[in-house]
Amino acid sequence: MISLASPAALRRRGIMGMNERNVGYIGRYNPRRNYPLVDNKLKTKQAAGDLGIAVPALHGVVQYQHQVRKVTTMLEGLDGFVIKPAQGSGGKGILVVVGRHGDRYIKSSGQEIEADEVRRHVSNVLAGLHSLGGRNDVAMIEALIDFDPELAEYSYEGVPDLRVIAFRGVPVMAMMRCATHDSDGKANLHQGAVGVGLDIGSGRAVRAVQHGQLVERHPDTGAEFASLVIPHWGQVLDLAARCVEMTGLQYLGADVVLDKHRGPMLLELNARPGLAIQVANQAGLRHRLVVAAQIAEQTDDHDTRIALARKYFAG
Amino acid sequence: MVSSRTRIEIISGLLILIGVGLMLYKVFVLGFPLAPGEYRDVWTIEGKISFKPADGPVEVELKLPRSQAGWEIVDEHFASSGFGFDIRQHDDKRWAVWSRSSLEQPTTLYYKAQASRLSNQGLPERAPRPPVEPMLETDQLAATDRLVEVISAKSSGPERFTALLIQSLLPGASDPDAQFLLSTWEEERHRVILAVLGRAGIPANEIRGIRLEDGRRRQTLSALIEIHNGKDWVVFDPETAQPGLPEGFFVWQRRGKEILSVVGARDSRLEFALVSNSLPARTVAVMGDRAEEIALLDFSIYSLPVEQQGVFKGLLLIPVAALVVVIMRLLVGISTSGTFMPILIALAFMQTSLWLGLAIFLGLVSAGLVIRSWLSHMNLLLVSRISAVVIVVIFLMAALAILSYRMGLDQVLTVTYFPTIILAWTIERMSILWEEEGPHEVLVQGGGSLLVAVLAYAAMSSKLVSHLTFNFPELTLSLLGIILLLGKYTGYRLSELYRFRNMGDAG
Repeated sequence: MISLASPAALRRRGIMGMNERNVGYIGRYNPRRNYPLVDNKLKTKQAAGDLGIAVPALHGVVQYQHQVRKVTTMLEGLDGFVIKPAQGSGGKGILVVVGRHGDRYIKSSGQEIEADEVRRHVSNVLAGLHSLGGRNDVAMIEALIDFDPELAEYSYEGVPDLRVIAFRGVPVMAMMRCATHDSDGKANLHQGAVGVGLDIGSGRAVRAVQHGQLVERHPDTGAEFASLVIPHWGQVLDLAARCVEMTGLQYLGADVVLDKHRGPMLLELNARPGLAIQVANQAGLRHRLVVAAQIAEQTDDHDTRIALARKYFAG
Repeated sequence: MVSSRTRIEIISGLLILIGVGLMLYKVFVLGFPLAPGEYRDVWTIEGKISFKPADGPVEVELKLPRSQAGWEIVDEHFASSGFGFDIRQHDDKRWAVWSRSSLEQPTTLYYKAQASRLSNQGLPERAPRPPVEPMLETDQLAATDRLVEVISAKSSGPERFTALLIQSLLPGASDPDAQFLLSTWEEERHRVILAVLGRAGIPANEIRGIRLEDGRRRQTLSALIEIHNGKDWVVFDPETAQPGLPEGFFVWQRRGKEILSVVGARDSRLEFALVSNSLPARTVAVMGDRAEEIALLDFSIYSLPVEQQGVFKGLLLIPVAALVVVIMRLLVGISTSGTFMPILIALAFMQTSLWLGLAIFLGLVSAGLVIRSWLSHMNLLLVSRISAVVIVVIFLMAALAILSYRMGLDQVLTVTYFPTIILAWTIERMSILWEEEGPHEVLVQGGGSLLVAVLAYAAMSSKLVSHLTFNFPELTLSLLGIILLLGKYTGYRLSELYRFRNMGDAG
């Protein structure tokens, strides 16, 4: 027998469903014309740079097929780098190279690949293989993030990233996504990554969930989640809230990574953030969104909004 | 200013009410049946009279069919395009007459009748006329006499005589006199038969009418032979020599002059387009009785030209399939690859039948996946890779069709109903999904699409649903209203009740 939750119980807990997110928030607060800014990572990066929001450095852009041959010259002198499609969806098409072994490149999984394979990847990216709707795309070559050692033990292979949902300039809910062996180094919860719910007030982990079940420790590294506190938490919230102003999208998800040297950096934005964050936090979004709307009505001041959010949403 | 939610609710409410209201009106006031009940084939016969201009005034006369031999003409329409139009009546015969003082360009006039065979009765009795002596050349006369002699010797009566005569005139028969007669006659075979019958002294005449074939276009008039055996009239089919009125033969006229006469124009032709609809018996009755009083009937699908009716039969089912997709996605939360792919697959299933369709679809997609994975090793650009997949899919379809035909499995030929592009896209999307998300996601999305397609197929192939959509097209408005309402549904999906199953209770 498949066990189902009762709709009344879910409503009481404030769990938001896909239909309500689409109609009540995305459809209502996110004007369609602003989507290109978040769907295209290149534009996001430029807009963020203009506002002084920290982003990973851009080493180059491959726009045309004929440039693919010269990719290796663009990569000269770079030990580690990331190649990703500007309009990729759901983390698809991201090639992470962490080092070199002679002529060969070492992927984050430890596997070594030829230069040819890098070129093929770029060519696929240009053809739109990994992009929304299969449109032609450009490939971005970014600096490899030197992620904060405090978080290193919470991730297997991949980079742990933070997802903060902000509504009308108020951070509402946050989680850290930790790649596992099950998720094949990817940070997608439905593929088996661990979602760690974070307290908006303190940046402390409140609970961790894998495959819908609560877990205490990271299944591969054994690190205990109870002791996890995200460093630079204030900056993370500040960054997420500023993205709302930057994009004109009132309901969005900001993906943030912590760099050892540069602190929190904006990785990408999402105009249709998923609902898994509720599972990681074991809490619903609806009540918090109501409170966030009240905070937004009360004050226009950026810092006050964040301060109020940290007060009301503290676990 | 009302909120958009209220506005949508009002609009949807109105649409649903209009649809259901019109339907109820048709059911309770006009007597349309709500349940399918007993069905009857109604043939829509569209006569197309085309001709080219000549000098002077034009007059076109078309003899109109009447209800006989169990055929009931339930509805008639005429299209006159700038001609003066009149129906002329004489005794129980009727003619449609179109006239015009001058004509500049080739013109087509239309006559459309809807007819249904209510009973299997034969043609009514009537007194025979004395046989007509044919006008023949000497050599024809000699051949005719020899033929009459030979066949008379073999036959026991007029019926047997006629059957043997027709057989001897069929292609491939060996009688030299019969073949000679056929070769000297410039007209059709039934004229030869009539001439020989006239010479033999058997009262006979021809019956003109149409051999009904569903979906047939450019059908022309055919003829049957009717003889009097002294007591009754007996009908013979000159194509088969079988006695009796053939099934699916619509009798236009017995005896009499040409059906079409055109004065003042040249190259006139009379052709027919035919479509058969299965209609509830009661609807047929309603149409026959009250077609003239009820304006609403003029706006029903039945008033459309024949070819369009057939198209709308299928088109009106698509909103139902769309509703199934909307419900499955918004209320149940099944993920499908693409919104309309399930509908298109379901439409293909309608042509192939379900199990066969499923087998062909799965077979083609899995074969395509194997080939596509091989193509992906060759590092091709996306566009040429998809094009290559399209070509390979067409090859697979052809191979499947030929192979199955050789093996005597005719049904598999329906493979052509699957849209190639849909197959190719499915293969492409599924293989990308496979590479990026793994086989599990392929199963989830592909299975979801197929499940929704099967449900949409079940809804579309239901007799009740097709009855309702075709007879009450206004219900499409109600469907639209429901779909608009669902667009504002913000409750949980069934799949979310499972996804958040652990979150309902705990604190």
